[in-house]
Amino acid sequence: MRYLLRRLLLVPVPLILVIAFVFVVLRLTGDPVAIYLGLDATPEQEEVLRAELHLDQPIPMQFAYFLWDLLHGDFGTSIQFKQPAMEIVGERLGSTLQLLAMGLIAAIVLGVLGGVACAVWKDRVPDFVISILAVAGQSMPSFWLGILLIQLFALDLGWLPTSGQGGWEHMVLPTITLATFLVPNFILVTRISVLETAREQFVTTARARGAGPARALWRHVLPNAINPVVSLIGLQLGRLMGGAVVTESIFAWPGVGRLMVSAIFQRDVPIVIAAVFIVAVTIVAANLLVDLVQAAIDPRIRLR
Amino acid sequence: MKWFGPRLKIQIGVVLVLGMCLIAVFANVLAPHDPYAQNLMQRLKPPVWEVRGTWAHPLGTDNFGRDLLSRLIYGSRLSIVVGLLAMVVALSFGTMLGLVAGYLGGRAEQVIMRFADAYQAIPEILLAIVIVAVFGGGVTVLILVLGFAGWESYTRVAFNLTRSLRERAFVEAAVASGAGGRYVMWRHILPQMSPVLTVIATLQVGQLILQETALSFLGLGLPPPTATWGNILAEGRDRLLVAPWIANLAGVAIVLLVLGVNLLGNGLRETLDPRRADRR
Repeated sequence: MRYLLRRLLLVPVPLILVIAFVFVVLRLTGDPVAIYLGLDATPEQEEVLRAELHLDQPIPMQFAYFLWDLLHGDFGTSIQFKQPAMEIVGERLGSTLQLLAMGLIAAIVLGVLGGVACAVWKDRVPDFVISILAVAGQSMPSFWLGILLIQLFALDLGWLPTSGQGGWEHMVLPTITLATFLVPNFILVTRISVLETAREQFVTTARARGAGPARALWRHVLPNAINPVVSLIGLQLGRLMGGAVVTESIFAWPGVGRLMVSAIFQRDVPIVIAAVFIVAVTIVAANLLVDLVQAAIDPRIRLR
Repeated sequence: MKWFGPRLKIQIGVVLVLGMCLIAVFANVLAPHDPYAQNLMQRLKPPVWEVRGTWAHPLGTDNFGRDLLSRLIYGSRLSIVVGLLAMVVALSFGTMLGLVAGYLGGRAEQVIMRFADAYQAIPEILLAIVIVAVFGGGVTVLILVLGFAGWESYTRVAFNLTRSLRERAFVEAAVASGAGGRYVMWRHILPQMSPVLTVIATLQVGQLILQETALSFLGLGLPPPTATWGNILAEGRDRLLVAPWIANLAGVAIVLLVLGVNLLGNGLRETLDPRRADRR
């Protein structure tokens, strides 16, 4: 219970950092009025908008208004869509979450299986092959991998669609692309964690009391080795999001990441802010979830 | 599989990285053409190993008839410079904070380490996107954005190492003989951490190069006419059916450099990091 309270107290800190960062950057750029109105605005229009955006107030008051608007989900009106920015971003959030979930699940399953295989056959052929693949995967730009997959499976073989959203066949290539980005780290961490746990005395004891190698692995080693893998999920969330932005752009996946990139080219600041805020909230919530899961499966953490 | 040990990894890594660095340094000598010279008569020529390829353009040309080999050679400069300098920014800023937090402890530790925790929860790509959206992508902006996105892993490592080094006899001896805090941190603690920091920094350069190419692929790096590997790949993506070699050769260039850096980093880790020496 004390762990839960302490952990919940830390939730707002990253969010406040993000908000303060966005606010500072926005004010550093000079006059937002110019961005909203363009070059051919009259001084009267500028005056009205300036009062509307509270830009005639002192900076601390501006920050207070900024916070107040964010707390009410008011990110302003999108310049390209002429709709509240929050609504536009909200519509795309589902697609992004779907992609993130598929990529993360695929990466965890493949990474843990690969890592266990490496540990079991340490210094033999499977360890060697999988470790090499992991280093190669770490050196592979995910955008090129996505393009290679499109060339092979969509253009040459014609088995899968090149881009867009639809049935399951639209999911395959984006999921592989996003998962490959994360799998190497899961393999390396699982491998080391399993090897380390296998050296613990309770494993020797279990083997001495007659547990076979398979039982020792599944019942004694793996449950104790899984914790670093769970923490890795938390550490990888930011990279996962970065990978999603790239993956969405390659496969024209209608998510928040692609929206954010196109909003930058349109200078659609309200959309960028809304998207950044939503993504930050998602990551912070996911991090909280990871920490709680970890505390639930490992009493050493919640009693610390 | 003992033959693929740290030595071979470092050797392959050094060859790849040094090769790429030499190409970047001598780009103006090595490139057969001006990377920006357009020649609309020579558009989308395939590389020399394909049927219509010629030695005039060994790797073919792009949509504007620019020589792809020359563009790739010049593109190496930006990736290497941005990757290295961003690493230096992250390394110096992150190590300094971790050193101070670990040596002083108390309130400094609380503030710095909680800040690092909170910072870690913020995805780097978001910071990069906001900054580039507002300031546009220039070389300096890219270096600072990527550098300040990656400082906190150094802080964590430097903090933990400093805390244990602070208790060692040689540090106590230095303090007892009247050395000040700054002197002890700089002359006694920092040198002890350098092997571990070298390993992290090397591996980070690989990641930073990938991030730089990803940003420029998304159009958030240097603006298009500039020859960067990410830009070349993005241009090639629009012509996959007619000219797949443009995107793929840019991809090969990125992989060769990053693979070299990663092999070097992994080899160094196995050699220098005593904690992991036995766990190849």
